[in-house]
Amino acid sequence: MNIKAKWASYPYIIWMILFTIIPLAMIVYFAFTDSDGGFSFANIQQSAAHIPTLVKSIYLAAISTVVCLVLAYPFAYYISRKSYSKQKMMVMLVMLPMWMNFLLRTHALSALIEDNGVINTLLMKIGLEPIQMINTQGAVVFGMVYNYLPYMIMPLYSIMTKIDGRTVEAAADLGANALQTHRRLILPMSMPGIISGITMVFVPSVSTFVISGLLGGSDNYLIGDIISAQMLGSAYNLNYGSATSLLLMLVVLVTMIIFNSMDSEDTEGMLA
Amino acid sequence: MKKSKLSGIYAALILLFLYAPIIILIVFSFNSEKGYSWQGFSLKWYKELFANELIIESFYNTIIVALIASVFATILGALAALGVYSMKNKMAKGLIQNVTNLPLLNPEIVTGISLMLLFAAMRFSGGWVTLIIAHITFCVPSVFLSILPKLRQINKSLYEAAMDLGCSPAKAFQKVVIPEIMPGIITGFLMAFTYSLDDFVISYFTAGKLNTLPITIYSMVKKRVSPEINALSTLLFAAVFIILLVTNIRAIRKEKELERKRAARS
Repeated sequence: MNIKAKWASYPYIIWMILFTIIPLAMIVYFAFTDSDGGFSFANIQQSAAHIPTLVKSIYLAAISTVVCLVLAYPFAYYISRKSYSKQKMMVMLVMLPMWMNFLLRTHALSALIEDNGVINTLLMKIGLEPIQMINTQGAVVFGMVYNYLPYMIMPLYSIMTKIDGRTVEAAADLGANALQTHRRLILPMSMPGIISGITMVFVPSVSTFVISGLLGGSDNYLIGDIISAQMLGSAYNLNYGSATSLLLMLVVLVTMIIFNSMDSEDTEGMLA
Repeated sequence: MKKSKLSGIYAALILLFLYAPIIILIVFSFNSEKGYSWQGFSLKWYKELFANELIIESFYNTIIVALIASVFATILGALAALGVYSMKNKMAKGLIQNVTNLPLLNPEIVTGISLMLLFAAMRFSGGWVTLIIAHITFCVPSVFLSILPKLRQINKSLYEAAMDLGCSPAKAFQKVVIPEIMPGIITGFLMAFTYSLDDFVISYFTAGKLNTLPITIYSMVKKRVSPEINALSTLLFAAVFIILLVTNIRAIRKEKELERKRAARS
């Protein structure tokens, strides 16, 4: 089909240069300049003080990602073996909470676990002591898992549903038990789904400021909370904020590189 | 037999985990008092919700921004898909694809602050213009990515056949290409519209003093004293539920019809 319409992409190219590439360059520019616009390393040095917070963010996001993977894998496999209309139905049930704004989902959790929340009200009614649940690290992990579990289920499901039932039967016929079938067949075949699920859960978790801010309290601020305070809040300083963001971007970039290389190795291994 | 029952129970537990907090919230949206001890049925919080001018105003702002941004993003994205499809240069194509992925891979907070810095450097104060620019920016890649594959699927001979039968290139484009990519355009538009409605993080950094619904929700949730939010959650959940139900029932019906036709043919 010989359509001559190269020009049609120019507005888009200009838009992306103006509002995606230049803004990202602005982060680098602000990170390496002082408030007068002169070159400076001070912001980067200052933001190094936030490395413990960054490590904590990575730690909590990693735990949440693993929990999501462990919870989602059997569930996604279960759906993928159902009949077509049942699959549709289950996918809809998983998508439905995902379509509700994540602020409201996080609010629902805090209603559940806050000091005067549903669980504690119930405990006190039956004569038990209330438990401190909100403003803990556990609450932050709970929030991440609850918010992002569907992001793990969906890519896993969409790749598992393509695994032919006959392949699984063949494995059983050849003497593999359920565990072996998963380890040798389903797990390697689901690898691309696992990889994209991991990035889809880890990236928003490690960079969140809403979940940690609403469920973790001031003791559990993550790197996202620090950046948002530096950009808009109490610690207002665009240059420091940019330097801290560079740290976060570095973490995300490294994570992506690691997981994408794992993906290609695994598919190569599968074909060999 | 026993094993399949066990996995059924497991699946039910996962769904319970996903739904329990929302259902509890819905129940307490009808509570007559603040707090989470049941005091009796009431529609009090719904009345207060509709009397809350800030929420109503934010709601209208959100709809206006979403409409403008998604229409603009659809036009920009559709043109881009067409342009990239007709490009011969592989390197340029690859470059555009990579740049398209940037906003999708970047954490939202990074996209948000990068735009905020740009606007700050250009001395643009936050408001309608900055917010709409930001929304177009994160919406347009999904439009582009939903239309491009549709263009690639078009049977090339169809377009040539139309020309052989006397269509001008413009007419052939209108008769062959447009109908083929229409589903992609509609999907792209709907994706852009819902992303825009739902966005909090990027709006938070680019909206200035303008309130969208998610921004208002955030400030209310942060204060932890607003049972109206429970009522709002219930209404939004009901809206999403109805939309998903209708679209899914239609999709399943269509599929069944197709199956019947296939069966009749064979």
